Amino acid sequence: MAKTMVQKIFERKTESDVSPGMMIIVPVDLVYVQDGTGPLSFRQFEKLEKKSLAFPENTAIFLDHAAPSPRKELSNDHIYLRTMASKLGCKLYDIGDGVCHQIAIESLVRPFDIVVGADSHTCTGGALGAFATGMGSTDIAVSMGLGKNWFRIPESILIKLTGKMPKYITGKDIIISIVKHFGSNGASYQALEFSGDVENIPIHDRLTISNMAIECGAKVGIFPSDEVTREFLEKNNRFEDFKELNPDLDAEYIDRLEFKLEEIEPMVSVPHYVHTARRAKNLKDIKINQVFLGSCTNGRLEDLRMAAKLLRGKKVAKGVRLIVVPASRKVYLDALKEGIIEILVDAGASIMAPGCGPCVGVHEGILGDNEVALATSNRNFHGRMGNPDSYIYLSSPLTAAASAITGYITDPREFDI
Amino acid sequence: MTISGRVIKVSDNISTDHIIPGRYFHLRSDLEKLSEHALEDVVENFHEKAKGGVILVGGSNFGIGSSREHAPIVLKMSGVKAVVAKSFARIFFRNAINIGLPVIMVDTSKILEGDEITIDLEKGVLREKRNSYKLNFPPLDIRIQSIIDEGGIVNYIKKHGDISFEV
Repeated sequence: MAKTMVQKIFERKTESDVSPGMMIIVPVDLVYVQDGTGPLSFRQFEKLEKKSLAFPENTAIFLDHAAPSPRKELSNDHIYLRTMASKLGCKLYDIGDGVCHQIAIESLVRPFDIVVGADSHTCTGGALGAFATGMGSTDIAVSMGLGKNWFRIPESILIKLTGKMPKYITGKDIIISIVKHFGSNGASYQALEFSGDVENIPIHDRLTISNMAIECGAKVGIFPSDEVTREFLEKNNRFEDFKELNPDLDAEYIDRLEFKLEEIEPMVSVPHYVHTARRAKNLKDIKINQVFLGSCTNGRLEDLRMAAKLLRGKKVAKGVRLIVVPASRKVYLDALKEGIIEILVDAGASIMAPGCGPCVGVHEGILGDNEVALATSNRNFHGRMGNPDSYIYLSSPLTAAASAITGYITDPREFDI
Repeated sequence: MTISGRVIKVSDNISTDHIIPGRYFHLRSDLEKLSEHALEDVVENFHEKAKGGVILVGGSNFGIGSSREHAPIVLKMSGVKAVVAKSFARIFFRNAINIGLPVIMVDTSKILEGDEITIDLEKGVLREKRNSYKLNFPPLDIRIQSIIDEGGIVNYIKKHGDISFEV
Protein backbone atom coordinates (compact mmCIF):
# COMPACT_ATOMS: atom_id res chain seq x y z
CA MET A 1 0.00 0.00 0.00
CA ALA A 2 1.21 3.51 -0.82
CA LYS A 3 2.26 5.53 2.22
CA THR A 4 2.40 9.15 3.30
CA MET A 5 5.52 10.48 5.02
CA VAL A 6 3.69 10.40 8.38
CA GLN A 7 2.87 6.70 7.91
CA LYS A 8 6.46 5.90 6.93
CA ILE A 9 7.86 7.59 10.03
CA PHE A 10 5.50 5.81 12.44
CA GLU A 11 5.78 2.46 10.67
CA ARG A 12 9.54 2.52 11.04
CA LYS A 13 8.96 2.70 14.80
CA THR A 14 6.12 0.23 15.12
CA GLU A 15 7.22 -2.18 12.38
CA SER A 16 3.57 -2.52 11.43
CA ASP A 17 1.00 -0.73 9.27
CA VAL A 18 -0.48 2.46 10.64
CA SER A 19 -3.38 4.48 9.31
CA PRO A 20 -4.87 7.87 10.19
CA GLY A 21 -7.04 7.88 13.31
CA MET A 22 -5.15 5.06 15.01
CA MET A 23 -4.02 5.72 18.57
CA ILE A 24 -0.60 4.24 19.17
CA ILE A 25 2.11 4.36 21.80
CA VAL A 26 5.62 4.78 20.38
CA PRO A 27 9.10 5.61 21.66
CA VAL A 28 10.26 9.16 21.04
CA ASP A 29 13.73 10.11 19.74
CA LEU A 30 14.09 13.58 21.22
CA VAL A 31 12.30 15.42 24.05
CA TYR A 32 12.87 19.04 24.93
CA VAL A 33 11.63 21.90 27.06
CA GLN A 34 12.32 25.61 27.30
CA ASP A 35 12.40 27.85 30.36
CA GLY A 36 8.72 28.81 30.07
CA THR A 37 7.34 25.28 30.06
CA GLY A 38 10.32 23.40 31.55
CA PRO A 39 9.82 24.08 35.27
CA LEU A 40 6.27 22.67 35.14
CA SER A 41 7.48 19.70 33.08
CA PHE A 42 10.12 18.78 35.63
CA ARG A 43 7.72 19.28 38.55
CA GLN A 44 5.30 16.90 36.83
CA PHE A 45 8.20 14.54 36.12
CA GLU A 46 9.04 14.56 39.84
CA LYS A 47 5.41 13.70 40.63
CA LEU A 48 5.70 10.63 38.40
CA GLU A 49 8.23 9.35 40.95
CA LYS A 50 10.55 8.01 38.26
CA LYS A 51 14.13 8.02 39.51
CA SER A 52 15.70 8.78 36.15
CA LEU A 53 14.98 10.03 32.66
CA ALA A 54 14.24 7.30 30.12
CA PHE A 55 16.77 8.78 27.65
CA PRO A 56 18.86 11.49 29.34
CA GLU A 57 21.07 11.80 26.25
CA ASN A 58 17.98 12.58 24.15
CA THR A 59 16.43 15.02 26.61
CA ALA A 60 17.30 18.69 26.37
CA ILE A 61 16.61 21.87 28.33
CA PHE A 62 16.90 25.28 26.64
CA LEU A 63 17.03 28.56 28.54
CA ASP A 64 15.85 30.82 25.74
CA HIS A 65 12.57 32.57 26.51
CA ALA A 66 13.90 34.82 29.26
CA ALA A 67 17.56 34.94 28.35
CA PRO A 68 19.25 36.78 29.99
CA SER A 69 16.69 36.78 32.76
CA PRO A 70 14.84 40.07 33.34
CA ARG A 71 13.38 39.07 36.74
CA LYS A 72 14.36 37.16 39.86
CA GLU A 73 11.42 34.74 39.51
CA LEU A 74 12.71 33.67 36.11
CA SER A 75 16.30 33.49 37.37
CA ASN A 76 15.02 31.09 40.03
CA ASP A 77 13.31 28.99 37.35
CA HIS A 78 16.67 28.89 35.55
CA ILE A 79 18.40 27.71 38.73
CA TYR A 80 15.82 24.92 39.08
CA LEU A 81 16.29 23.79 35.47
CA ARG A 82 20.09 23.84 35.74
CA THR A 83 19.83 21.78 38.92
CA MET A 84 17.56 19.24 37.22
CA ALA A 85 19.92 19.02 34.23
CA SER A 86 22.90 18.21 36.40
CA LYS A 87 20.93 15.84 38.65
CA LEU A 88 19.39 13.90 35.76
CA GLY A 89 22.25 14.16 33.29
CA CYS A 90 20.34 15.62 30.34
CA LYS A 91 21.56 18.25 27.88
CA LEU A 92 21.42 21.89 28.96
CA TYR A 93 21.68 24.83 26.59
CA ASP A 94 22.17 27.91 28.73
CA ILE A 95 21.52 31.62 28.20
CA GLY A 96 22.99 32.91 24.95
CA ASP A 97 23.07 29.55 23.19
CA GLY A 98 19.87 30.37 21.33
CA VAL A 99 16.30 29.36 20.58
CA CYS A 100 15.42 25.71 21.26
CA HIS A 101 14.09 24.96 17.76
CA GLN A 102 17.11 26.48 16.03
CA ILE A 103 19.61 24.51 18.12
CA ALA A 104 17.46 21.40 17.71
CA ILE A 105 17.63 21.59 13.92
CA GLU A 106 21.35 22.51 13.93
CA SER A 107 22.36 19.61 16.15
CA LEU A 108 19.68 17.18 17.24
CA VAL A 109 16.74 16.53 14.89
CA ARG A 110 17.14 13.82 12.24
CA PRO A 111 14.93 12.64 9.37
CA PHE A 112 12.45 9.94 10.58
CA ASP A 113 12.78 11.08 14.19
CA ILE A 114 9.76 11.47 16.44
CA VAL A 115 10.40 14.71 18.29
CA VAL A 116 8.27 16.18 21.07
CA GLY A 117 8.89 19.55 22.67
CA ALA A 118 7.10 21.61 25.29
CA ASP A 119 6.76 24.44 22.82
CA SER A 120 4.19 24.69 20.07
CA HIS A 121 6.77 25.55 17.40
CA THR A 122 8.56 22.23 17.84
CA CYS A 123 6.99 21.49 14.45
CA THR A 124 9.98 23.37 12.94
CA GLY A 125 11.76 19.99 12.86
CA GLY A 126 9.35 18.82 10.16
CA ALA A 127 11.53 20.69 7.67
CA LEU A 128 14.17 17.97 8.17
CA GLY A 129 11.72 15.13 7.61
CA ALA A 130 10.99 14.47 11.28
CA PHE A 131 7.60 14.00 12.92
CA ALA A 132 8.09 16.95 15.27
CA THR A 133 5.23 18.31 17.33
CA GLY A 134 4.52 20.54 20.31
CA MET A 135 2.97 19.26 23.52
CA GLY A 136 2.25 20.55 27.01
CA SER A 137 4.46 20.20 30.06
CA THR A 138 2.79 17.07 31.46
CA ASP A 139 2.95 15.23 28.13
CA ILE A 140 6.63 16.09 28.00
CA ALA A 141 7.10 14.88 31.58
CA VAL A 142 5.49 11.57 30.54
CA SER A 143 7.78 11.39 27.48
CA MET A 144 10.84 12.11 29.64
CA GLY A 145 9.88 9.54 32.24
CA LEU A 146 8.68 6.71 29.99
CA GLY A 147 10.64 7.45 26.80
CA LYS A 148 7.39 7.13 24.85
CA ASN A 149 3.99 8.71 24.47
CA TRP A 150 0.67 8.19 22.77
CA PHE A 151 -0.13 9.67 19.39
CA ARG A 152 -3.20 9.74 17.21
CA ILE A 153 -1.93 9.22 13.66
CA PRO A 154 -3.06 12.37 11.84
CA GLU A 155 -4.64 12.49 8.41
CA SER A 156 -2.31 14.15 5.90
CA ILE A 157 -2.98 17.05 3.56
CA LEU A 158 -0.73 17.23 0.50
CA ILE A 159 0.50 20.73 -0.30
CA LYS A 160 2.18 20.94 -3.68
CA LEU A 161 4.49 23.91 -3.99
CA THR A 162 5.15 24.28 -7.70
CA GLY A 163 7.46 26.40 -9.81
CA LYS A 164 10.34 28.58 -8.70
CA MET A 165 10.50 31.06 -5.85
CA PRO A 166 10.54 34.58 -7.28
CA LYS A 167 13.11 37.09 -6.02
CA TYR A 168 11.82 38.91 -2.89
CA ILE A 169 9.55 35.98 -1.99
CA THR A 170 10.49 33.93 1.08
CA GLY A 171 9.22 30.96 3.05
CA LYS A 172 7.39 33.42 5.29
CA ASP A 173 5.27 34.72 2.40
CA ILE A 174 4.47 31.13 1.40
CA ILE A 175 3.39 30.01 4.87
CA ILE A 176 1.36 33.16 5.57
CA SER A 177 -0.44 32.48 2.26
CA ILE A 178 -1.08 28.88 3.35
CA VAL A 179 -2.33 29.88 6.82
CA LYS A 180 -4.59 32.52 5.23
CA HIS A 181 -6.05 29.79 3.01
CA PHE A 182 -6.76 27.39 5.90
CA GLY A 183 -7.69 29.90 8.60
CA SER A 184 -6.52 29.44 12.18
CA ASN A 185 -7.83 25.86 12.47
CA GLY A 186 -8.39 24.59 8.93
CA ALA A 187 -5.73 21.91 9.39
CA SER A 188 -6.32 21.10 13.07
CA TYR A 189 -5.16 17.65 14.17
CA GLN A 190 -3.77 17.03 10.66
CA ALA A 191 -0.34 16.86 9.07
CA LEU A 192 0.75 19.08 6.21
CA GLU A 193 3.02 17.21 3.80
CA PHE A 194 4.90 19.48 1.40
CA SER A 195 5.65 18.24 -2.06
CA GLY A 196 5.99 19.47 -5.65
CA ASP A 197 9.10 21.38 -6.71
CA VAL A 198 10.51 21.39 -3.19
CA GLU A 199 14.05 21.09 -4.53
CA ASN A 200 13.63 24.82 -5.32
CA ILE A 201 12.95 25.67 -1.69
CA PRO A 202 16.07 26.19 0.41
CA ILE A 203 16.26 24.74 3.90
CA HIS A 204 15.89 28.07 5.73
CA ASP A 205 12.59 28.68 3.92
CA ARG A 206 11.44 25.13 4.65
CA LEU A 207 12.17 25.70 8.33
CA THR A 208 10.04 28.86 8.35
CA ILE A 209 7.20 27.03 6.61
CA SER A 210 7.29 24.04 8.99
CA ASN A 211 7.65 26.36 11.99
CA MET A 212 4.31 28.02 11.23
CA ALA A 213 2.36 24.87 10.28
CA ILE A 214 0.83 25.11 13.77
CA GLU A 215 -0.67 28.49 12.87
CA CYS A 216 -3.38 26.76 10.81
CA GLY A 217 -3.71 24.12 13.52
CA ALA A 218 -1.51 21.44 11.94
CA LYS A 219 0.21 18.90 14.16
CA VAL A 220 3.29 18.91 11.95
CA GLY A 221 4.47 20.28 8.58
CA ILE A 222 6.79 17.78 6.93
CA PHE A 223 9.16 18.21 4.01
CA PRO A 224 10.75 15.28 2.21
CA SER A 225 14.29 14.56 3.30
CA ASP A 226 16.22 15.05 0.05
CA GLU A 227 19.48 16.44 -1.32
CA VAL A 228 18.71 19.86 0.21
CA THR A 229 18.33 18.17 3.62
CA ARG A 230 21.52 16.17 3.11
CA GLU A 231 23.46 19.33 2.27
CA PHE A 232 22.17 21.06 5.41
CA LEU A 233 23.08 18.15 7.67
CA GLU A 234 26.54 17.85 6.10
CA LYS A 235 27.13 21.58 6.52
CA ASN A 236 26.49 21.01 10.23
CA ASN A 237 28.93 18.06 10.29
CA ARG A 238 26.11 15.54 10.61
CA PHE A 239 27.00 13.17 7.77
CA GLU A 240 25.55 10.13 9.56
CA ASP A 241 22.15 11.67 10.23
CA PHE A 242 20.82 11.78 6.68
CA LYS A 243 18.13 9.34 5.62
CA GLU A 244 15.92 9.80 2.59
CA LEU A 245 12.17 10.29 3.17
CA ASN A 246 9.60 10.65 0.44
CA PRO A 247 5.88 9.94 0.25
CA ASP A 248 4.75 7.27 -2.20
CA LEU A 249 3.28 8.77 -5.36
CA ASP A 250 -0.23 7.43 -4.84
CA ALA A 251 -0.39 7.80 -1.06
CA GLU A 252 -3.79 8.72 0.35
CA TYR A 253 -4.39 12.31 1.39
CA ILE A 254 -7.59 13.83 2.74
CA ASP A 255 -6.96 16.93 0.68
CA ARG A 256 -4.56 18.07 -2.06
CA LEU A 257 -3.72 21.69 -2.69
CA GLU A 258 -1.38 23.46 -5.03
CA PHE A 259 0.35 26.76 -4.42
CA LYS A 260 2.15 28.24 -7.44
CA LEU A 261 5.27 29.89 -6.10
CA GLU A 262 5.30 32.47 -8.93
CA GLU A 263 1.93 33.75 -7.71
CA ILE A 264 2.97 34.33 -4.08
CA GLU A 265 3.36 37.97 -3.06
CA PRO A 266 5.01 39.59 -0.02
CA MET A 267 2.42 38.94 2.70
CA VAL A 268 1.72 40.49 6.10
CA SER A 269 -0.44 39.11 8.92
CA VAL A 270 -2.48 41.93 10.44
CA PRO A 271 -3.60 42.16 14.10
CA HIS A 272 -4.56 40.05 15.95
CA TYR A 273 -4.33 36.73 14.08
CA VAL A 274 -1.85 35.07 11.74
CA HIS A 275 -4.56 34.01 9.28
CA THR A 276 -5.85 37.55 8.84
CA ALA A 277 -3.28 38.43 6.20
CA ARG A 278 -2.96 40.93 3.36
CA ARG A 279 -0.50 41.84 0.66
CA ALA A 280 2.29 44.11 1.93
CA LYS A 281 1.69 46.53 -0.94
CA ASN A 282 -1.84 47.19 0.32
CA LEU A 283 -0.70 48.21 3.82
CA LYS A 284 1.57 51.13 3.00
CA ASP A 285 -0.33 53.55 5.23
CA ILE A 286 0.48 51.56 8.37
CA LYS A 287 3.08 53.49 10.36
CA ILE A 288 5.35 51.36 12.53
CA ASN A 289 7.27 52.02 15.74
CA GLN A 290 9.31 48.85 16.05
CA VAL A 291 10.74 46.16 13.80
CA PHE A 292 11.72 42.83 15.31
CA LEU A 293 14.00 40.70 13.18
CA GLY A 294 14.55 37.33 14.82
CA SER A 295 12.80 34.35 16.47
CA CYS A 296 12.64 30.63 15.67
CA THR A 297 10.74 31.59 12.51
CA ASN A 298 13.12 34.09 10.94
CA GLY A 299 16.23 34.65 13.02
CA ARG A 300 18.53 32.50 10.88
CA LEU A 301 21.67 33.59 9.05
CA GLU A 302 19.87 33.77 5.69
CA ASP A 303 17.19 35.99 7.27
CA LEU A 304 19.72 38.41 8.74
CA ARG A 305 21.64 38.33 5.46
CA MET A 306 18.63 39.28 3.34
CA ALA A 307 17.71 42.11 5.73
CA ALA A 308 21.30 43.35 5.62
CA LYS A 309 21.28 43.34 1.82
CA LEU A 310 18.43 45.79 1.91
CA LEU A 311 19.73 47.87 4.83
CA ARG A 312 23.34 48.17 3.64
CA GLY A 313 24.36 51.85 3.60
CA LYS A 314 20.86 52.94 4.68
CA LYS A 315 19.40 54.09 7.99
CA VAL A 316 16.34 52.97 9.89
CA ALA A 317 13.59 55.66 9.72
CA LYS A 318 13.53 58.21 12.50
CA GLY A 319 11.39 57.00 15.39
CA VAL A 320 11.62 53.32 14.40
CA ARG A 321 13.46 50.83 16.63
CA LEU A 322 15.06 47.88 14.90
CA ILE A 323 15.67 44.97 17.26
CA VAL A 324 17.70 42.05 15.94
CA VAL A 325 17.95 38.73 17.76
CA PRO A 326 20.06 36.01 16.09
CA ALA A 327 18.40 32.63 16.57
CA SER A 328 21.50 30.90 17.92
CA ARG A 329 25.10 31.43 18.92
CA LYS A 330 26.16 29.83 15.63
CA VAL A 331 23.93 32.21 13.66
CA TYR A 332 25.36 35.16 15.63
CA LEU A 333 28.98 34.13 15.01
CA ASP A 334 28.39 33.46 11.31
CA ALA A 335 26.65 36.84 10.95
CA LEU A 336 29.57 38.54 12.69
CA LYS A 337 32.13 36.85 10.45
CA GLU A 338 30.17 37.77 7.35
CA GLY A 339 29.91 41.44 8.33
CA ILE A 340 26.11 41.26 8.55
CA ILE A 341 25.98 42.48 12.14
CA GLU A 342 28.09 45.53 11.27
CA ILE A 343 25.69 46.49 8.46
CA LEU A 344 22.67 46.09 10.73
CA VAL A 345 24.20 48.07 13.61
CA ASP A 346 25.33 50.77 11.23
CA ALA A 347 21.75 51.05 9.95
CA GLY A 348 20.56 51.60 13.53
CA ALA A 349 19.79 48.11 14.87
CA SER A 350 20.05 47.01 18.51
CA ILE A 351 21.43 43.46 18.64
CA MET A 352 20.27 41.19 21.48
CA ALA A 353 21.68 37.91 22.77
CA PRO A 354 20.40 34.81 20.92
CA GLY A 355 17.04 33.77 22.34
CA CYS A 356 13.32 34.37 21.99
CA GLY A 357 13.43 38.00 23.11
CA PRO A 358 10.50 40.18 22.11
CA CYS A 359 8.38 37.41 20.51
CA VAL A 360 6.71 36.32 23.76
CA GLY A 361 6.46 39.69 25.50
CA VAL A 362 8.76 38.78 28.38
CA HIS A 363 11.43 41.42 27.82
CA GLU A 364 13.56 43.22 25.20
CA GLY A 365 11.16 45.35 23.21
CA ILE A 366 7.83 45.44 25.04
CA LEU A 367 5.55 47.73 23.07
CA GLY A 368 4.06 50.92 24.51
CA ASP A 369 0.35 51.78 24.38
CA ASN A 370 -1.00 51.99 20.83
CA GLU A 371 2.40 51.18 19.35
CA VAL A 372 2.74 49.13 16.19
CA ALA A 373 5.36 46.45 15.57
CA LEU A 374 6.32 44.61 12.43
CA ALA A 375 7.89 41.33 13.49
CA THR A 376 9.38 38.36 11.66
CA SER A 377 8.14 36.03 14.43
CA ASN A 378 5.17 33.68 14.14
CA ARG A 379 2.33 35.10 16.24
CA ASN A 380 0.57 38.43 16.49
CA PHE A 381 -2.07 37.49 19.05
CA HIS A 382 -3.59 40.14 21.27
CA GLY A 383 -1.01 41.10 23.90
CA ARG A 384 1.62 38.75 22.54
CA MET A 385 4.50 41.24 22.70
CA GLY A 386 3.71 42.27 26.27
CA ASN A 387 0.98 44.89 25.85
CA PRO A 388 -2.69 44.22 25.01
CA ASP A 389 -2.97 47.84 23.84
CA SER A 390 -0.54 47.40 20.97
CA TYR A 391 -0.61 46.00 17.43
CA ILE A 392 1.59 43.35 15.83
CA TYR A 393 2.02 42.70 12.13
CA LEU A 394 4.07 39.75 10.84
CA SER A 395 6.20 39.62 7.71
CA SER A 396 9.32 38.27 6.05
CA PRO A 397 12.75 39.69 6.92
CA LEU A 398 12.81 41.52 3.56
CA THR A 399 9.48 43.24 4.16
CA ALA A 400 10.61 44.01 7.73
CA ALA A 401 13.86 45.59 6.51
CA ALA A 402 12.11 47.63 3.79
CA SER A 403 9.59 48.85 6.36
CA ALA A 404 12.32 49.73 8.87
CA ILE A 405 13.79 52.08 6.25
CA THR A 406 10.54 53.83 5.31
CA GLY A 407 8.83 53.74 8.72
CA TYR A 408 5.68 52.31 7.07
CA ILE A 409 4.79 48.78 5.99
CA THR A 410 6.56 48.51 2.65
CA ASP A 411 6.64 45.94 -0.14
CA PRO A 412 10.33 45.03 -0.45
CA ARG A 413 10.03 44.99 -4.24
CA GLU A 414 10.25 48.79 -4.01
CA PHE A 415 13.94 48.37 -3.17
CA ASP A 416 16.79 46.95 -5.24
CA ILE A 417 18.72 44.07 -3.78
CA MET B 1 -20.08 12.31 35.84
CA THR B 2 -22.24 15.43 35.60
CA ILE B 3 -21.07 19.01 35.87
CA SER B 4 -23.29 22.03 36.51
CA GLY B 5 -22.57 25.70 36.48
CA ARG B 6 -23.19 29.18 35.24
CA VAL B 7 -21.87 30.08 31.80
CA ILE B 8 -19.19 32.63 31.07
CA LYS B 9 -19.13 33.04 27.30
CA VAL B 10 -16.19 34.14 25.20
CA SER B 11 -15.57 34.47 21.46
CA ASP B 12 -13.86 32.38 18.75
CA ASN B 13 -10.08 31.93 18.71
CA ILE B 14 -9.38 32.51 22.40
CA SER B 15 -5.59 32.18 22.49
CA THR B 16 -3.24 31.04 25.20
CA ASP B 17 -1.96 34.64 25.14
CA HIS B 18 -5.48 35.68 26.16
CA ILE B 19 -5.62 33.05 28.91
CA ILE B 20 -2.19 33.86 30.35
CA PRO B 21 -0.70 37.00 28.86
CA GLY B 22 3.06 36.92 28.28
CA ARG B 23 3.55 39.83 30.65
CA TYR B 24 2.90 37.39 33.53
CA PHE B 25 5.52 34.92 32.27
CA HIS B 26 7.48 35.33 35.51
CA LEU B 27 4.55 33.95 37.54
CA ARG B 28 4.56 30.53 35.90
CA SER B 29 6.06 28.88 38.95
CA ASP B 30 3.44 30.57 41.16
CA LEU B 31 0.24 29.19 39.68
CA GLU B 32 -1.99 30.69 42.45
CA LYS B 33 -0.83 34.17 41.58
CA LEU B 34 -0.84 33.47 37.84
CA SER B 35 -4.46 32.31 38.03
CA GLU B 36 -5.49 35.77 39.29
CA HIS B 37 -4.67 37.05 35.81
CA ALA B 38 -6.41 34.34 33.79
CA LEU B 39 -8.35 35.76 30.82
CA GLU B 40 -8.11 39.28 32.24
CA ASP B 41 -7.72 40.89 28.80
CA VAL B 42 -10.93 39.20 27.62
CA VAL B 43 -13.38 39.10 30.57
CA GLU B 44 -13.24 41.90 33.10
CA ASN B 45 -12.68 40.50 36.61
CA PHE B 46 -12.70 36.94 35.31
CA HIS B 47 -10.92 35.74 38.43
CA GLU B 48 -13.70 37.09 40.68
CA LYS B 49 -16.49 35.96 38.36
CA ALA B 50 -15.22 32.40 38.07
CA LYS B 51 -14.87 31.82 41.81
CA GLY B 52 -17.14 29.09 43.07
CA GLY B 53 -17.36 27.30 39.75
CA VAL B 54 -18.38 28.21 36.21
CA ILE B 55 -18.49 26.61 32.79
CA LEU B 56 -16.47 28.46 30.20
CA VAL B 57 -18.07 28.47 26.75
CA GLY B 58 -16.12 29.52 23.68
CA GLY B 59 -16.58 29.46 19.94
CA SER B 60 -14.30 27.76 17.46
CA ASN B 61 -10.62 26.95 17.98
CA PHE B 62 -10.53 27.54 21.74
CA GLY B 63 -6.98 27.56 23.13
CA ILE B 64 -5.16 28.47 19.92
CA GLY B 65 -1.45 29.14 20.29
CA SER B 66 1.23 28.16 22.72
CA SER B 67 1.83 24.77 24.30
CA ARG B 68 1.75 26.42 27.73
CA GLU B 69 -0.19 23.98 29.89
CA HIS B 70 -0.43 26.74 32.48
CA ALA B 71 -3.42 27.94 30.43
CA PRO B 72 -5.84 25.08 31.25
CA ILE B 73 -4.33 24.86 34.76
CA VAL B 74 -5.13 28.47 35.66
CA LEU B 75 -8.63 28.11 34.21
CA LYS B 76 -9.20 25.07 36.40
CA MET B 77 -7.71 26.82 39.44
CA SER B 78 -9.91 29.87 38.82
CA GLY B 79 -13.03 27.73 39.12
CA VAL B 80 -13.67 26.60 35.54
CA LYS B 81 -15.28 23.14 35.82
CA ALA B 82 -15.37 22.44 32.07
CA VAL B 83 -14.67 24.20 28.80
CA VAL B 84 -17.30 23.88 26.07
CA ALA B 85 -16.44 25.02 22.53
CA LYS B 86 -17.26 24.40 18.88
CA SER B 87 -13.68 23.22 18.40
CA PHE B 88 -10.40 23.23 20.30
CA ALA B 89 -6.81 23.86 19.37
CA ARG B 90 -5.04 20.51 19.47
CA ILE B 91 -2.43 21.14 22.16
CA PHE B 92 -4.89 22.88 24.51
CA PHE B 93 -7.32 19.97 24.18
CA ARG B 94 -4.69 17.41 25.11
CA ASN B 95 -3.30 19.56 27.93
CA ALA B 96 -6.77 19.95 29.43
CA ILE B 97 -7.27 16.18 29.45
CA ASN B 98 -3.83 15.61 30.95
CA ILE B 99 -4.67 17.85 33.90
CA GLY B 100 -8.22 16.49 34.28
CA LEU B 101 -10.21 19.45 32.92
CA PRO B 102 -13.19 18.24 30.88
CA VAL B 103 -13.35 19.69 27.36
CA ILE B 104 -16.59 19.31 25.40
CA MET B 105 -17.01 19.86 21.68
CA VAL B 106 -20.50 20.99 20.68
CA ASP B 107 -22.12 23.80 18.68
CA THR B 108 -22.19 26.60 21.26
CA SER B 109 -24.27 29.13 19.28
CA LYS B 110 -27.37 28.67 21.48
CA ILE B 111 -25.54 28.93 24.79
CA LEU B 112 -25.68 32.40 26.33
CA GLU B 113 -23.75 34.21 29.01
CA GLY B 114 -25.29 33.54 32.42
CA ASP B 115 -27.16 30.35 31.39
CA GLU B 116 -27.20 27.61 34.01
CA ILE B 117 -26.19 24.37 32.31
CA THR B 118 -25.66 20.76 33.27
CA ILE B 119 -23.36 18.43 31.33
CA ASP B 120 -23.56 14.66 31.48
CA LEU B 121 -20.15 13.50 30.26
CA GLU B 122 -21.00 9.81 29.85
CA LYS B 123 -24.30 10.35 28.04
CA GLY B 124 -22.95 13.25 25.97
CA VAL B 125 -25.78 15.62 26.81
CA LEU B 126 -25.66 19.32 27.70
CA ARG B 127 -28.88 20.86 29.06
CA GLU B 128 -29.95 24.37 29.98
CA LYS B 129 -31.67 24.51 33.41
CA ARG B 130 -35.20 25.31 32.13
CA ASN B 131 -34.80 22.90 29.22
CA SER B 132 -34.81 25.73 26.68
CA TYR B 133 -32.18 23.74 24.81
CA LYS B 134 -30.55 20.35 24.96
CA LEU B 135 -27.38 19.63 22.99
CA ASN B 136 -25.86 16.25 22.24
CA PHE B 137 -22.16 15.70 21.83
CA PRO B 138 -20.13 12.57 21.17
CA PRO B 139 -18.75 11.34 24.51
CA LEU B 140 -14.96 11.35 24.77
CA ASP B 141 -13.00 8.30 23.70
CA ILE B 142 -13.15 5.88 26.63
CA ARG B 143 -9.34 5.80 26.85
CA ILE B 144 -9.24 9.58 27.12
CA GLN B 145 -12.12 9.59 29.61
CA SER B 146 -10.18 7.16 31.79
CA ILE B 147 -7.35 9.74 32.03
CA ILE B 148 -9.83 12.45 33.11
CA ASP B 149 -11.42 10.04 35.61
CA GLU B 150 -8.04 9.55 37.31
CA GLY B 151 -7.67 13.33 37.60
CA GLY B 152 -5.05 13.53 34.85
CA ILE B 153 -2.25 11.58 33.22
CA VAL B 154 0.19 11.83 36.15
CA ASN B 155 -2.24 10.13 38.52
CA TYR B 156 -3.10 7.65 35.78
CA ILE B 157 0.53 6.61 35.34
CA LYS B 158 1.16 6.50 39.08
CA LYS B 159 -1.79 4.15 39.45
CA HIS B 160 -1.12 1.95 36.40
CA GLY B 161 2.68 2.30 36.25
CA ASP B 162 2.57 2.98 32.52
CA ILE B 163 0.45 4.35 29.72
CA SER B 164 -1.66 1.82 28.01
CA PHE B 165 -4.71 1.81 25.83
CA GLU B 166 -6.12 -1.29 27.48
CA VAL B 167 -9.07 -0.22 29.63
